[in-house]
Amino acid sequence: MPDLKYTLSEPDEEEKRLVQALTQNAQVPIRGDRVAFGGVRRAKNLRNLLLPGLHALQNAKGWISPGGLNHLAETLRVPAAEAFGVASFYDLFTLEEPAYAGPLHHVCVDPSCGVAGAEARIKALQAQGKAVHEGPCLGQCDRAPAYFVQARSSEPVDMTALDNSKQAFDTSLSGKLLRRFGKVDPSDLRSYLDNGGYRAFETALSIGGAAVISRITEAGLTGRGGAAFPTGVKWNAVAAHEAYEKHIVVNADESEPGTFKDRMILEMDPFALIEAMTIAAVSTGSTKGWIYVRGEYATAERRLQSALNEVQRSGLLGHNIRGTDHSFDIQIRQGAGAYICGEETALFNSIEGFRGEPRSKPPFPTESGLFRSPTIVNNPETLINVLEILEAGVDEFRASGTNDSPGTKLFCVSGDIGTPGLYEAEFGTPLRRLLEAADIPAEEVYAVLLGGAAGRFLNSSAIDMPLSFEGAKAYNATLGSGAVMVFSNRVDLTKVVTRLGKFFKDESCGQCVPCRVGTQRQHEVLLQIGDSTPTRRQRDLLDDLSIVMGDASICGLGHTAASAVQSAIDQGLIWSET
Amino acid sequence: MTEQNISLTIDGQAVTVPKETTILEAARSVGIDIPTLCWAENLTPVNVCRLCVVEADNSKALVPACSRACDAGSNIETNNERVTKNRRMVLELLDSANDLSQSEELQDLMANYEADSSRYSDNLAAHDEPKVEDDLFIRAYDRCVLCYKCVQACGEEAQFTFAIAIANRGFDARVSTEHDIPLPESACVYCGNCIGVCPTNALQFKTEFDLRSAANWRPEDQEVTETICSYCGVGCTLELHTQDNEIVKVTSPADHSVTSGHLCVKGRFGWEYVQAPVYRPPSAIQTDAAVDD
Ligand SMILES: Cc1cc2nc3c(=O)[nH]c(=O)nc-3n(C[C@H](O)[C@H](O)[C@H](O)COP(=O)(O)O)c2cc1C
Ligand code: SF4
Ligand code: SF4
Ligand code: SF4
Ligand code: FES
Ligand code: FES
Repeated sequence: MPDLKYTLSEPDEEEKRLVQALTQNAQVPIRGDRVAFGGVRRAKNLRNLLLPGLHALQNAKGWISPGGLNHLAETLRVPAAEAFGVASFYDLFTLEEPAYAGPLHHVCVDPSCGVAGAEARIKALQAQGKAVHEGPCLGQCDRAPAYFVQARSSEPVDMTALDNSKQAFDTSLSGKLLRRFGKVDPSDLRSYLDNGGYRAFETALSIGGAAVISRITEAGLTGRGGAAFPTGVKWNAVAAHEAYEKHIVVNADESEPGTFKDRMILEMDPFALIEAMTIAAVSTGSTKGWIYVRGEYATAERRLQSALNEVQRSGLLGHNIRGTDHSFDIQIRQGAGAYICGEETALFNSIEGFRGEPRSKPPFPTESGLFRSPTIVNNPETLINVLEILEAGVDEFRASGTNDSPGTKLFCVSGDIGTPGLYEAEFGTPLRRLLEAADIPAEEVYAVLLGGAAGRFLNSSAIDMPLSFEGAKAYNATLGSGAVMVFSNRVDLTKVVTRLGKFFKDESCGQCVPCRVGTQRQHEVLLQIGDSTPTRRQRDLLDDLSIVMGDASICGLGHTAASAVQSAIDQGLIWSET
Repeated sequence: MTEQNISLTIDGQAVTVPKETTILEAARSVGIDIPTLCWAENLTPVNVCRLCVVEADNSKALVPACSRACDAGSNIETNNERVTKNRRMVLELLDSANDLSQSEELQDLMANYEADSSRYSDNLAAHDEPKVEDDLFIRAYDRCVLCYKCVQACGEEAQFTFAIAIANRGFDARVSTEHDIPLPESACVYCGNCIGVCPTNALQFKTEFDLRSAANWRPEDQEVTETICSYCGVGCTLELHTQDNEIVKVTSPADHSVTSGHLCVKGRFGWEYVQAPVYRPPSAIQTDAAVDD
């Protein structure tokens, strides 16, 4: 361990207390059966407390002071420059004393909120003298225009913005994954158990891990986080490893514009997620669970934490669960405003206390994931499907959907027409039927952005597209995260597309040249063009940027940073002729 | 030899290399050159610049040759139209964001790949004024291409001082000390290893900076003399770069077995005595007053 040098900035008493509270009880398991209780070795293994520590400092004062950061870094033996590099990576951390008093209001200006009056909301908040930050989609597109209040712990919070009691979800097309929504009390384990909770877990224990994984494979379950990777293959790969430590990571960093399904799962059905994780753990011999929740999901995090506490008390987590020889426990980690941390390897870095920069793959997470151990990363929706498969059986699961896309899917519908909300539909349901269920008249549809910012635009001729992986592919589109943003011709789509360009430039981690500079240049060209017709030179530049970002970037963010823009042009949705 | 060999095809040539060999190493072993920027032989690849991308038939996107291990049976194209186009774009993007005028290698590459950055708006990534904070070296981040080499050299790959790291995100990302405090207040120990690895001259000796400012930097008139550092018993090889018979910078060869190109503050900067203007034998120094005059 090198001799690290820190500046002389001192923390105040409160900051000292917060850092001490963070570290004093933390146990640090290290490789092998040993547990490090003291010394530099212990401190070094505490680096994963950097992100929670930054949250604690930020929440207390509304910013992270040099003294506080210095003290936190020194306590965790993180070099000061690196701690600063990590803190400055995230949108929700402020490193200079804010000029305003009171909480910061983050207002979403992404597509669904943009068309629902984000600008008016910003003006109204500013008129009340409130500090406003214009930011990306907050995963509340069903109640656009959305905002999120980032308070200091010493100040009262304006709860109206956090009131999530009115949740819009619809099961008219299918009611499998959503069947516990509104029925099970998310704060009461008893209520979950009375509604069939932990039956799938019992099944998993009785049939054993290998059988669980083969059922998931037979059911044809694929990831719902965007990449549609076969879940059984992942689980198998991790089960096959003999590593001492294996992890189950839930990716609930949901930041894809237009997507809010995972937030609703966390808020309405947190026990289901915990049960499914436990099944993944006992089936693959993994002992550590992590749920990475988007930093802006305050209610979701609160409900999940309280659900987790209940399950831990009940003995359904922890050492030798229910008398078996399986041990598994779960920790929650909060993100801090960075879309890129939804990329699985960036997420590992974020948990470990490093900058949320994606790693180079291979190696893949199943080989070398969190803390370089074999790791399963899954999306919350993927995991609650596991409960369906184990409870209803493979045949019943495959009875919904299509042969290549079995089961049902959650769709997040938002935009400027109809009733926004979360809709569950069988794979293969025509887009038209989903829109009907959301009260969107087909003839009013001008454009649909499928799959969020990383997805592609469709024009009204795609209205009969079957909502399945293969159906979307036939239209050169992807279902992605299940975001369905629908726009009428009253919407200024050029503005929407330009805003998407800004989203990518703001969210690029900055690691690789094609994406760091390419997203910046793409946004500049879009601003330059505005509503006019692009010149040949401008059009060529957009195409060339699309090629280099798609071909030469490190991760999926860069790979998809031009796809919405390019598809809007290809579909004839923006600019008269190009 | 217990090592397993694998075979693959690079630009139509059959190549057999030990497992875990990178595409870059394999290509160079048969005389095919691939340009690199963030790669260096004495550092672990970070594969961020993407200049070395090549086409592999088992990958949808292009792959970085500098870090990707060869796959058995794969077919690699290092120089086809798609690859060339992407490299040209990477170079254009770099040139649109940075002042690359002091990197001869990048200038040559831009000419070879016909990169034309005039079509971008003039928005340099870093308008930062050069940071001149001490007499030893300067940091001019408008030339910085964020290759991560200095961060690596300052951290786990050589110096273990961790004075600098990447801060901020996206286009605003910068190499920085904590809170961007001046280097003399930071953990920096002035080993100069960051200067040694910087490919764009963003980090340079103050001597070079001053000579350039005075329009008197003349590499063509410079000489390089190899010697062994006289400060301690390690025996680091030094390359003394001299112009008009004065030392203007000190480097060490990256492939040198003792230093791997890295030095300490004494070898890197402790040469002023060599060209001290007046030599006074110890007997001449009698009083403070005598020294001061
Ligand atoms: C820029 C970027 C952002 C991502 N964001 C998320 C996310 O918010 N949630 C998610 O589940 N997957 C996200 N992913 C995909 C993950 O990398 C990963 O594939 C997924 O979590 C795997 O889970 P699944 O197999 O259950 O879908 C993102 C990928 C990229 C490239
Ligand atoms: S593609 Fe973008 S987000 Fe991904 S690693 Fe590169 S710079 Fe970061
Ligand atoms: S001189 Fe040495 S210690 Fe200082 S920043 Fe450079 S590499 Fe780090
Ligand atoms: S200063 Fe030089 S070595 Fe450091 S990242 Fe920038 S270009 Fe690379
Ligand atoms: S919350 Fe505004 S678009 Fe999602
Ligand atoms: S040299 Fe390979 S990515 Fe930079």
